[in-house]
Amino acid sequence: MARAVTTRRKTLNTLVAWTIGLLIFFPILWIFVLSFKSEGDAILPPLQVLAAPWSLDSYAVVQERSDYLGHFYNSVVLSLGSTVLGLIVAVPAAWAMAFVPGKRTKDVLMWMLSTKMLPAVGVLYPIYLLFIQFGLLDSRLGLTIVLMLINLPIIIWMLYTYFREIPGEILEAARMDGAGLREEILYVLTPMAVPGIASTLLLNVILAWNEAFWTLNLTAAKAAPLTAFIASYSSPEGLFYAKLSAASVMAIAPILIMGWFSQKQLVRGLTFGAVK
Amino acid sequence: MATQHSRSAARLMIAPAVILLLGWMLVPLTMTLYFSFKKYLPMRGGDLGWVGFDNYVRFVTSSAFWPSISATLIIVGGVLAITVVLGIFLALLLDQPMWGQGVVRIFVIAPFFVMPTVSALLWKNMFMDPVNGFFAHILTAFGFQPIEFLVQHSLASIVTIVSWQWLPFATLILLTAIQSLDQEQLEAAEMDGAGWFSRFGFIILPHLSRAITVVILIQTIFLLGIFAEIFVTTQGSFGTKTLTYLIYQRVLESQNVGLGSAGGVYAIILANIVAMFLMRIVGKNLDN
Repeated sequence: MARAVTTRRKTLNTLVAWTIGLLIFFPILWIFVLSFKSEGDAILPPLQVLAAPWSLDSYAVVQERSDYLGHFYNSVVLSLGSTVLGLIVAVPAAWAMAFVPGKRTKDVLMWMLSTKMLPAVGVLYPIYLLFIQFGLLDSRLGLTIVLMLINLPIIIWMLYTYFREIPGEILEAARMDGAGLREEILYVLTPMAVPGIASTLLLNVILAWNEAFWTLNLTAAKAAPLTAFIASYSSPEGLFYAKLSAASVMAIAPILIMGWFSQKQLVRGLTFGAVK
Repeated sequence: MATQHSRSAARLMIAPAVILLLGWMLVPLTMTLYFSFKKYLPMRGGDLGWVGFDNYVRFVTSSAFWPSISATLIIVGGVLAITVVLGIFLALLLDQPMWGQGVVRIFVIAPFFVMPTVSALLWKNMFMDPVNGFFAHILTAFGFQPIEFLVQHSLASIVTIVSWQWLPFATLILLTAIQSLDQEQLEAAEMDGAGWFSRFGFIILPHLSRAITVVILIQTIFLLGIFAEIFVTTQGSFGTKTLTYLIYQRVLESQNVGLGSAGGVYAIILANIVAMFLMRIVGKNLDN
């Protein structure tokens, strides 16, 4: 049978897939709906919620009452800062391992990966203590460093798998044409490496944005990113559904959008090249 | 091919990463080991001297230990079972021809990008709340008593929340693996008269076995460390105190650092056992 799929089969697939997809997506859709309702309407039964008037009030109140923008700023600084710092350290390392592999390159890579497996809670107190000693508790600097370190193995691995796909013959061809090391890096390698670096940056911003062990344990008010800001709604303020929904929507929207662009990189970045 | 010169340049380029990761690993690890052999209570007297393996014994003999192990196993096992089974189903489904495939894919993957504190709170308040939650409204509408999900079925509720977060990951990886399957092989089997179940059992599942193993190992490592989902929902009460949460409470809440550090060492050993299997698979792949 050739793959001439009947329209009926395709319709059935579509129906089943859309139903399941909407069910999985529903919780996100629902907080989106709740965020546009008044506090009193948001706790009504679902159908009455839908019928209630729509408004933007919750979004305004969130900013007024709990300084959403301040925490948003912290999230941006932490996720971008830790990723850029990580790239500065990782690009040369991954580059060297991909283009000048030595006998121990594989061992070094595996060892780097193993540091990612260290359970955070096992080193919670030492890090906490070091943070107190160096006055880093509740500081953006301290958290940026920690986030950079926990994601560094993933950054190096992702870059390594991208760099390895750049064919070595291209370099030789460039050399034959008389390119020096500078031209080689500038005109041959960089253009080929940029997409890989961009993907790595994207995935790691997402991972850092959503990190919720160190951000919860090492921040209070000043450096708290959105993860910790949302956690402050856990009780008893959590009963304010509309405000919690508005805050949540604003916390996840930027990353949801970025996430949709990074589906492929997600597989590569989180399986360390074991699934392609 | 590499010259002596480029070799030493390479070493210099790798050095910062190695030094940073070495420090990040060794310094806190040494401190945890050091504290684990001490009676150390920062709020009540500080460093009270060496106690040998006392903390290690006390950690496993405390009444909270075995319940924490069983809670951890139920959560990790439950989430793995749900995400792998549903993940295979969803991956197969998404591989079929349909209209709007891209949109469905976005729907399915979205939960993975929701930060843990948001997903935990949205389930806890908007869905599982016994008074105003979505489920409570549905149950009352059909004449049932509302359920206090996070109290009466606390572990099942946590498993639901965490499965929702991790199902996209499993689906995406399994889908990637399915798409690399040789379609001609499947068609040949179909022509030879193999039914759907034998095609699934003898071709698709074996092809997926490696991806499934990778999903299980990577998720296990992340699931052993889940924290925020418990922190904002039950705070470890109603039988949801996992090993990670127990250690967190010992170290930061009751400030019994020695005892908590011994627990930390156990957690590190446990994670390393899982990691060893994962590393073997990743390492094999690196050779090809």
